[in-house]
Amino acid sequence: MLVHKKATGLTIGLTFVLLILAIIVSMGLGSVQFSPVEIIKALFGHGGEVSDTILWDIRIPRVMLAAVIGINLALSGAMLQAVMNNPLADPGLTGVSSGASVAVLFILLVVPQFSSFIPFAAIIGGSLSALMVYALAWKKRGITPIRVILAGVAVNSVFGGIIGLLSLLYSDKLPGALQWLNGSLSGKGMGDLRVMLPYSVIGWIVALFCIRQANILRLGEQVALNLGESLNRVRIILSFVAVYLAAVSVSTVGMIGFVGLVVPHMARMLVGSDYKHLIPMSIGLGALVLLVADTIGRTFFAPLDIPAGIVMAVVGGPYFLYLMRKGDV
Amino acid sequence: MYSMLEATSLSISYDGNRIVKDVSLHVNEGEIVSIIGPNGSGKSTLLKGMSRLIPCESGRVCIAGQELSAMRSKQISQMMCILCQSNQTPADMTVEELVSYGRTPHKKWFERLTREDHEIIDWAIEQTGMTSYRKRLVVSLSGGEAQRAWIAMALAQRPKVLLLDEPTTYLDIAHQLEVLELVRSLNKELGITVIMVLHDLNQASTYSDKICVIRSGVVELVGKPSEVLTHEMIRNVYGVEAEVEFTPNSTSPRIHPIRRAVANVG
Repeated sequence: MLVHKKATGLTIGLTFVLLILAIIVSMGLGSVQFSPVEIIKALFGHGGEVSDTILWDIRIPRVMLAAVIGINLALSGAMLQAVMNNPLADPGLTGVSSGASVAVLFILLVVPQFSSFIPFAAIIGGSLSALMVYALAWKKRGITPIRVILAGVAVNSVFGGIIGLLSLLYSDKLPGALQWLNGSLSGKGMGDLRVMLPYSVIGWIVALFCIRQANILRLGEQVALNLGESLNRVRIILSFVAVYLAAVSVSTVGMIGFVGLVVPHMARMLVGSDYKHLIPMSIGLGALVLLVADTIGRTFFAPLDIPAGIVMAVVGGPYFLYLMRKGDV
Repeated sequence: MYSMLEATSLSISYDGNRIVKDVSLHVNEGEIVSIIGPNGSGKSTLLKGMSRLIPCESGRVCIAGQELSAMRSKQISQMMCILCQSNQTPADMTVEELVSYGRTPHKKWFERLTREDHEIIDWAIEQTGMTSYRKRLVVSLSGGEAQRAWIAMALAQRPKVLLLDEPTTYLDIAHQLEVLELVRSLNKELGITVIMVLHDLNQASTYSDKICVIRSGVVELVGKPSEVLTHEMIRNVYGVEAEVEFTPNSTSPRIHPIRRAVANVG
């Protein structure tokens, strides 16, 4: 049995072409429609006044934000899957997202005057829940896949409870946080993109530098140790990148599930488990998947704006079941 | 002949139980040393302790005169390789890819493989007779072929010392011999010092320069196969009556187990 590795470059390239097409199409869709030509003109600064306002103030930031967050969540999932040596790991199932959410919600509802600390709070909350999952899943010098998932369920339910409690206690302030809680990109503008993008790019670069380490973890602990890797250092770095990327996303748009789980999975089916291909593929596919989800959310039921988190849950859940039936998980 | 690997008063505990107790073992350059002993005697634990895969409670290990605890893990990997019993490989990893990971200890965090690395990878694949398998998936190989692929990865590390934990387990007799013959040829031709855990006493007898017998975490005997593999040792350590046959012109005795030495057990 030979493997065809040549096609992977082509697959990744095609995914990015598809992403660019999706970006242009998605920018054109909405209450005011634009043709691809108009969009390309506007992108190069030759659009009319109306199209400039709508495109630059609303569509472009939203589309780019969806792509950026898709990348963050997909990379976060890919990294967690490497660290935990577990195809089921993702920021949602391991409780990282809900830990970050509790921290953000606490600031939004209880101490709104500190809202500039939201990204940091999200990173701390996410790190704490990752630590809890590790501690709970740890048994006799190692973490087993099944214990990670059980620990994730436990941590998720604890944080879910806290989110419920905070929502009840501060129900008067809740409507303002509701969009965020559901994982929505609605109303996000250039300001949000400007905050998100630099944070995210730092995470992406670090992720790209972790490719070999992620690959070595695939060979198991003992082999990694034999090859001279400091396992704990590698684990801490990869986990932190994963938590950081997920927390940055949560702090802006709330919890969006399944991207971190499903995208690396799809990427693995398309280009294999080598992180050299898996990381770029997760970047292209993550952006594409969340962009499509958000575009569906804001156009299918217009004028209703369905949060991307809800679309992902409705579509991603059954897809996950399908993966389970196929026996890949 | 100088000392390649030396463990001094090594003690290792696992979940509060002391598995290896004050063990000292001295391996010279170019030797093949087999560690034998009953199940649960601490053979694998000793091997992992000597290769820093698991922490030692006390004692020290030196490789070519340098103490492991004073070296960086990467430095150790450039001199020593350990292959454990069960290895996982991703479903889509080819032999060539697996072998290329052997170069990791010689690379920095983000350094790419050079032409020299690729030459070493080719050489390692050739040495282990895996040339025609290099594009095959590791999971599609038979047990013996997979073991050879892992040994190729070990070779790409360019180690001076190779530690093998039961390299023949789960293999049929032909593949067992194939792996052991490969190990011997690597030892003879490349001068790699080998320390391995074996179960089969006759294989230990045939393929080792020295045998170390471990019982309950303590070194019972160390020496040449002909000195160690005696009727008394097999009865004391394994509780088995065996006939030990010395063939003329051979340093390797043959062992023929007869029956368990202790009657009415169980």
